[in-house]
Amino acid sequence: MRTDAFIALLATGEHAFPPNETRRRLAVALGVGLLAALAASVSLLGLSASLARDAQLPLFWAKVSLPLLLVMTGFLATLRLSRPGARLAPLPLAMAAPVAFIWGLAGQQILTAEAGQRLLLVLGNTWLVCPWIIALLSLPALCALLWAMKGLAPTRLRLAGGAAGLLAGAIGALAYTLHCPELAAPFIGTWYVLGMLIPATVGALLGPRLLAW
Amino acid sequence: MEAAKPDGAETRLRSLFMAATHGEAGAYRQFLTELGDRLRAYFRRRLVRLPDAVEDLVQETLLAVHNQRHSYDPTAPITPWAHAIARYKLVDHLRRHGRGDALNDPLDEACEVFAAVDTEAAEARRDVGKLLAVLPDRQRLPIIHVKVEGRSVADTAQITGMSESAVKVAIHRGLKALAARLRGER
Repeated sequence: MRTDAFIALLATGEHAFPPNETRRRLAVALGVGLLAALAASVSLLGLSASLARDAQLPLFWAKVSLPLLLVMTGFLATLRLSRPGARLAPLPLAMAAPVAFIWGLAGQQILTAEAGQRLLLVLGNTWLVCPWIIALLSLPALCALLWAMKGLAPTRLRLAGGAAGLLAGAIGALAYTLHCPELAAPFIGTWYVLGMLIPATVGALLGPRLLAW
Repeated sequence: MEAAKPDGAETRLRSLFMAATHGEAGAYRQFLTELGDRLRAYFRRRLVRLPDAVEDLVQETLLAVHNQRHSYDPTAPITPWAHAIARYKLVDHLRRHGRGDALNDPLDEACEVFAAVDTEAAEARRDVGKLLAVLPDRQRLPIIHVKVEGRSVADTAQITGMSESAVKVAIHRGLKALAARLRGER
């Protein structure tokens, strides 16, 4: 078929069409993933016994702000990476900022703690399970986001998969704050970050294979 | 090949595309035609060693632009969007054919990319018509009725016994399946 005939075929029967479907699709995936993670956290793990008390402490909100800010910036990054030609800057910086904040807080807590307490600040009581639970809670979001992205037009596939994975990880971490009893910044800065990096790595590995179009 | 001003490409393509999103008759066809002329010049300059692949890639990219037309953010310029799709299709094509070496000038700037036009369409090697013919009936018939014969969606729904929304979905899926076949996935 000649190109002009092919163009005629593509254009025939096309009336008004809505641009910008991308945001709607990804927002639906985000909503589904977040609801699934929250539901799993509340029903399977249960609310933390100290949640009401913790919520009065600034440290609790520092803990919540890390995944919350990463959900917001991660969504914007996922959105841009689903659109051909969209610029990513300054989002990487905006995503690094909450991590840098937690690490700064962690450094300060470790430096001011007694020597014998430092390891406890990092390991808490739950370091062995924390990253894995975050990764598991992020799984529905990872599937939903990669599925949504598959119908969109990412052109940098590894980065796009990685961003979707990181967003899913932040969703999982946010849901886990409802159950997690830990408050120390060194713990959050280590195990939460590690937990979010698991789905991010999975997403980056799957991206080129799953998202090609 | 004739040169045109880069901002000329941006202004022209964007106004045609936006007119098309509002349903202005003919604007979309004109958009695809002018984009195709720029794509041809773009691919021809970058595939000096694979001239036969140029028209295939023009058609493959036009189909990708069509299938992903909703991914354009109306607040952003349109040439970087179209360029990113063209470049993705170019790299994808070369990688799948094991000809990463054939890429001439891998570093290019979006602004000067669509500066040239080339209206001399050659024959594509792959016949889109033949690929269309082997799609399943459920997708093929709505495409034939609406996009080849120019019938309305309502008429096509009556002929095929499908609902109007099913006809639209079938066309959309059929064109996506066509893109997958153009990539050589099946």
